[in-house]
Amino acid sequence: MISRRHFLIGGAGLLLPGCDRLDRNDTFKEGLRAAERLTMAAQRLVTDRHALAREYGPEDISPVFRPNGNVMPQSPDYARLAEGGFADWRLRVDGLVERSLSLSLAQIASMPRRTQTTRHDCVEGWSAIGRWTGVPLARLLDLAGLRESARFIVFHCMDRFGALPYYESIDLIDAFHPQTILAFGLNGRRLPIANGAPLRLRVERQLGYKHAKYLERIEAVASLEGVHGGRGGYWEDSNDYEWYAGI
Amino acid sequence: MDRAEAVSEVPERVKRHRLPTRLWHWVNAVTVIVMLMSGLMIFNAHPRLYWGEYGANADPAWLQVSATADRGFLTIGSATIETTGVLGLWEDEHGIVRRRAFPSWATIPSSYSLAAGRRWHLAFAWLLALGLIAFLITSLFNRHIQRDLLPRRHELRPASIWHEIKQHARLRFPAGEAAFRYNSLQKLSYFGVIGVLLPLVILTGLTMSPALNAAWPWMLDLFGGRQSARSIHFICAMLIAAFILVHLAMVVLAGPINEIRSMITGWYRIPPARKP
Repeated sequence: MISRRHFLIGGAGLLLPGCDRLDRNDTFKEGLRAAERLTMAAQRLVTDRHALAREYGPEDISPVFRPNGNVMPQSPDYARLAEGGFADWRLRVDGLVERSLSLSLAQIASMPRRTQTTRHDCVEGWSAIGRWTGVPLARLLDLAGLRESARFIVFHCMDRFGALPYYESIDLIDAFHPQTILAFGLNGRRLPIANGAPLRLRVERQLGYKHAKYLERIEAVASLEGVHGGRGGYWEDSNDYEWYAGI
Repeated sequence: MDRAEAVSEVPERVKRHRLPTRLWHWVNAVTVIVMLMSGLMIFNAHPRLYWGEYGANADPAWLQVSATADRGFLTIGSATIETTGVLGLWEDEHGIVRRRAFPSWATIPSSYSLAAGRRWHLAFAWLLALGLIAFLITSLFNRHIQRDLLPRRHELRPASIWHEIKQHARLRFPAGEAAFRYNSLQKLSYFGVIGVLLPLVILTGLTMSPALNAAWPWMLDLFGGRQSARSIHFICAMLIAAFILVHLAMVVLAGPINEIRSMITGWYRIPPARKP
């Protein structure tokens, strides 16, 4: 006897192996990836490069801001830094810059800061609203002085997935966006470890995996090709996520 | 009796569907199925729906698919039903028990990959959106929408709709001259899908984009926040899936060869009028 379920499975069984096979076909995959570039171009076309993400009121803040990805970097170095309240932690800014920087948390916290209550959208579908305080990335990049050849900003992190360190990258349009900040505060308190202490990126017009946590180094590069897997981020290299995460 | 008189003048075949309609139908047949199945893959990454701007695991969900050690559940509001085998907990084609919302036969790709599901979904979304825009423009120009799809006032009267429902329930489909046009239930469902569900599913999809939220923040207000847009997106998708099932059932009941041929060649054989 053929049940309805078996009938459906049989029907899908004809379609699905086809889709799965197509999904493994490099030419087809490249075709789908072309749509990703089209999406980025179209979104950049209709979005003013300084258009601000919506900022919310205090009453809109999520009761619990869900941490995601790594919530506690496993290295002994990180444990030691955390124990000392990140007093010994430094952020390096280097690569294609005129002056390399090495900044302590106190130095960063003493710079002109920006506080913004924004919505964090995970690629999985959930959203959380939090109030972030940090220093605009543009400020640090101006201090370091970007060289002409710099095209992307790479964020190197202290957490790992297995053997691979987390990292992310954005282009200069997002890097100099007024809401792109390096946050050390969440909801009026010091940034919790689960949310990326001591410092994390906020790049408000893209999905959550772009918002690198546990920062230790910011590098200006001309191309993403030489960086780790070459696709601009940990998830991009390991799981085929899109580099542009505007949708 | 009117019908009987008309029979003699009713041609055997009519050109029912114009080329733009046929092209769009078959592009959509593929696109919408891909959108639905890849969308279910994306849903599997976080099988909970919320109202408002935010919503994550600590917040109350109005719909959720979940699993215990050996059973799957669907919860809508305060009602929970067991869905073991279909939703939440099911066996894949190798007999391995999986704890995911939608089963592998319903998703693209069949094994879990949010990245691949998104790649399919966001690429075919272009076909869906551009196809709809092209169809709407063409069909306004050739008056297909005004002439064939918009219900006339008298067709919207409750008595007229109730009559159609009874006719459909008895599987008495229009014949003779009446088969020239779409009946009121057809008009309402086609117009509902083309004029309401497809635009809504596209707009709520765009409202989930943080980049477009910055460009067009009014979209967030239109749908009551990003998580509301996500919920409406899912509801529209389910209604489109329901439309497809009913549509396929009607095609089968109304004579699949004639119906499918008319959507390929355009030519539709008019069913002879029934004896009164």
